[in-house]
Amino acid sequence: MPPGQYVTSDFPVLSAGPTPTASLDSWTFSIRQGSDTLKSWTWPEIKALPAEDVTVDIHCVTRWSKLDTQWQGVSVDTLLAQVDSGAEFVLAFCDGGYTTNMPIEDVTDGRAWLAFGYDGEPLEAEHGGPARLLVPHLYFWKSAKWVRGLELLDEDEPGFWETYGYHMYGDPWREQRYAGD
Amino acid sequence: MTTGSYPEPGPAAALDGNAVGGLLIELFGTEMTAALGTCATCGARRPLAETAVYLRAPGAVMRCRSCQSLLIVVARVRALNCVDLTGLAALDAPAGRAVPA
Amino acid sequence: MAGTALRGRLTWLTGTVRDVTQETPTVRTIVLDLTGWPGHEAGQHLDVRLTAEDGYTAERSYSIASAPGEPVAITVQRLDDGEVSPYLTDELRPGDELEVRGPIGGYFVWTGAGAEVGGRPLMLVAGGSGIVPLRAMLRHRERIGSKVPTRLLYSARSLPEVIYRAELDSYGRDGVQVIYTLTRSQPPGWAGYSGRIDARLLAEVSWPAGDDPATFVCGPTPFVEAAANGLVAIGYPATQVKTERFGATGR
Repeated sequence: MPPGQYVTSDFPVLSAGPTPTASLDSWTFSIRQGSDTLKSWTWPEIKALPAEDVTVDIHCVTRWSKLDTQWQGVSVDTLLAQVDSGAEFVLAFCDGGYTTNMPIEDVTDGRAWLAFGYDGEPLEAEHGGPARLLVPHLYFWKSAKWVRGLELLDEDEPGFWETYGYHMYGDPWREQRYAGD
Repeated sequence: MTTGSYPEPGPAAALDGNAVGGLLIELFGTEMTAALGTCATCGARRPLAETAVYLRAPGAVMRCRSCQSLLIVVARVRALNCVDLTGLAALDAPAGRAVPA
Repeated sequence: MAGTALRGRLTWLTGTVRDVTQETPTVRTIVLDLTGWPGHEAGQHLDVRLTAEDGYTAERSYSIASAPGEPVAITVQRLDDGEVSPYLTDELRPGDELEVRGPIGGYFVWTGAGAEVGGRPLMLVAGGSGIVPLRAMLRHRERIGSKVPTRLLYSARSLPEVIYRAELDSYGRDGVQVIYTLTRSQPPGWAGYSGRIDARLLAEVSWPAGDDPATFVCGPTPFVEAAANGLVAIGYPATQVKTERFGATGR
């Protein structure tokens, strides 16, 4: 267990805004760079990509951890393989305006997923459905709910909580909760 | 008349500004739930008590009940409160009371 | 008055539990002896802080159940997923200490100013444990000898889940009407309401909007939305309906 965490058996719902009610008909997932949309997928196109089953521990900065959570989703590698970019960082963007930032190497090499299933069921809206990011090796605020795409960046830019003093990287094993940790 | 019970409040349901009355006193040094906040996005002017408040998050988030825009965000970073008021166009004391600077 | 200059700044106070009363199987009222409490108004709340052995703290906000001038009391409903309420409803005993700070809130408040000799009628709408701050208002009304016409519409799931029932039933005088609606189960022969609070029920039991009632609605978020929207639908100005919502944990 990372330092300062306790294990919970339930699945707390954290959110900073209303649960979006997006229609899957108009849902897309996009990869952007500057003002260009490099690639965009509809919901059926995402569901047609090879999906993986993932079992991981998750760690929330509010100090709960949940062990052996089971997800279904598409590896972010599969998505990024379809664009050509030398970007160093990504900023995930979401319905409702939430954002969060990560180095691109933290969402590649099998370390991050676009998750649309939890425990064998479609991901519930209150847990971020239809799809959320899953980046289990970082604090869970990086696993953005209701994610709609990734913006590729040459320089790191703070997302929502990072702007207010949370850590730019957020490694639970080094207890990087706040800027300067 | 509708029969049956209300839906259980979902864990993601918003509270209101009454729930952050204590936090607002920490920030402003006085009671602020009756103060009138004007949304910088849509112009709605309502008591802070009537904002939509989300506390199950890394910080406290207060949104406009009319347009859902952010009004106030407070993150407690170690012993400091990081406060963002940029979503407010104005913050006025109720009649007869002053908002401290 | 001493301490006026510091009014507004919140300080944690350590109170001692004077008394606990079981209101329903899952609801308890806790009366505190508090030195240094600056006094409160009807409708205000306080924060409770619990500190674990490892230093981890949890804070929750609870409405004050007692009238101004009475010893500070809170009424707490046990929530199974709560980390604070089970301690308050199951563990806490008279003589135990409890850390609190307050009073908090200046919006959802009925001061009774002008209500001694008439004034605006009171319209109170409660869902579940949303009765707590409204009960403080009713007790305050009685203590100041106010005769303002008052109606309480109280939605509970069943009669055994009605909090303060004996006290509320004793108000059937002095211009207070208490109207229950039991949404999940009703006792045999129940002649009262059994529907959810909506515009139709509110139109039947509320003061006419033209009477300009002082209006307070408190309960879980979906309840408050339904009741407040219903009041607006029957002509209450939205700005005159004061609301307070509590969620799945704590308030």
